[in-house]
Amino acid sequence: MPLERSEVKHIASLARIGLTEDEIMMFGDQLSQILEQFEVLNELDTTGVTPTGHAGGLQTVMRDDQAQDSLDHDDVLKNAPRREGEFFRVNSVLEE
Amino acid sequence: MEKLNWLSIQEAHDQLTSKQISSVELTQACLDRINAVEDEVQSFLTITPEIALSQAAHADRLLAAGDSLPLTGIPVQIKDVLCTEGVPTTCASRMLENFIPVYNATVVEKLSNQGAVMLGKGNMDEFAMGSSCENSAFHPTRNPWDLERVPGGSSGGAAASVASGETIFSLGSDTGGSVRQPASLCGVVGLKPTYGLVSRYGLVAFASSLDQVGPVGRSVKDCAFVLNAIAGHDAKDATSVVREQKDYTSNLGQEINGLKLGIPEEYFVDGMESGVRQVIDEAIAKLEELGASIHPVSLPTTRYALACYYIIAPSECSANLARYDGVKYGYSYQGTNDLWEALEKTREFGFGPEVTRRVMLGTYALSTGYYDAYYLKAQQARTLIRQDFDQVFREVDALITPTSPVTAFKIGEKVGDPVQMYLIDACTLPVNIAGLPGLSIPCGFSDGLPVGMQFIGPHFSEETLLKAAHAYEIATDWNKSRPTL
Repeated sequence: MPLERSEVKHIASLARIGLTEDEIMMFGDQLSQILEQFEVLNELDTTGVTPTGHAGGLQTVMRDDQAQDSLDHDDVLKNAPRREGEFFRVNSVLEE
Repeated sequence: MEKLNWLSIQEAHDQLTSKQISSVELTQACLDRINAVEDEVQSFLTITPEIALSQAAHADRLLAAGDSLPLTGIPVQIKDVLCTEGVPTTCASRMLENFIPVYNATVVEKLSNQGAVMLGKGNMDEFAMGSSCENSAFHPTRNPWDLERVPGGSSGGAAASVASGETIFSLGSDTGGSVRQPASLCGVVGLKPTYGLVSRYGLVAFASSLDQVGPVGRSVKDCAFVLNAIAGHDAKDATSVVREQKDYTSNLGQEINGLKLGIPEEYFVDGMESGVRQVIDEAIAKLEELGASIHPVSLPTTRYALACYYIIAPSECSANLARYDGVKYGYSYQGTNDLWEALEKTREFGFGPEVTRRVMLGTYALSTGYYDAYYLKAQQARTLIRQDFDQVFREVDALITPTSPVTAFKIGEKVGDPVQMYLIDACTLPVNIAGLPGLSIPCGFSDGLPVGMQFIGPHFSEETLLKAAHAYEIATDWNKSRPTL
């Protein structure tokens, strides 16, 4: 079932990605084709099958809590698009 | 005398320790080769000749002091998804075009501690998403065997640089075949280690339950040397496993009499090129001649692996790539004071089409109302796929398959058709789903283009895979073939 235009826009807004009109069309078509490929999974009886999150053998890994040095402020802020003193500068979150 | 840039790691190590050559000479030979062919191959995103020559001089001091390890003084290209302190790490994305890490990935640190020499950073599909290296935001890489064709991906730079003699070896990453498939298309050796064997600390995350770092080299033994250097537990990666250190070169050269090799019929898929089929059949016959026993086996859930992978990997990618918000690092849209608009524009302009496609696919699969139908279903399919492998490894020691159903295709040929592009990974991605080791080695040519054979084994069976592949390699000479450039 092809994705509706409104669904594509909804997904893009959940993913916080702006799309042009052309992109909405293109991704709508392509995602629909890809989702069609996923229908094969419906053939598979997965009743009672435990899901696998990852294929490593490890469960929750614990270690002792040991204090270590962190990166220094200048290093942490080195790649910041906008910096103010010791802080990342961001657009205001709350309305004025 | 053969040009130094084509030496194997063993040869280079022997000549370095016996003072026949210096690391500076070896490094210069690679840099000269890069100068000569890089305009055509374009396997690098950043070339670091000054760092390379200074590291080579340092390696020469270690060698002079008799303080050398197998990779001391050996040049390497690092895929641009691995953090390198002070050197741009772009993931071939506009998003990270100006990103300069302040620390090294653990694998980079380990190579550096051995005295390896970094030549630069390898091209790739953006954020390691792709099978052709065409999704690089900066430029495509070309296949050294035919410059009109793709090198495979996503570690296309890693494979093309090794195949063209620009470097002795390289490091790539493999989430669904991204080391093995380009190795196959470029006629070199690529290893995806068992999930948990190699630390991913400092590997920019794509799909965390699938990602592994792996070497590309011109021989099985070269990859074994690199695995020795990069394997091991790392407290900074909670998925890395505590295991006894091994020497992966130690049983190379042993015979493979009695080794049980399974041939899973499902991997000889529709759409597989007849030339590839023929070459793989001949390679299997050769393995039998060398003493292995060949057993037809079945992995019936293989047909679900592609869908399973393309739900799980994009889901994880959509979560991992949520960090690119234009605040802490990376591209940041500055044309507005509105928080949400800035975020949407940052991600619209920062990500290329394939990354956007996968983030959206994953967002959809994880969204309310679809989670059970897609993500949960895929995770259950993942269990069944793993169980198929567990079952078959009770009967055989390893599996033999083609690495890719096709040889290198033309640049531009599949760009507009994501479904066709995804099918290329059909033989490699089940290995990541199950967390297994996989090794691709060259095993012949079809219409002048390299074909790769894949060895798959149970968790932590790298020694068996390397031994079997090495036995094949020394009995043939496919890995000695070189492209004319």
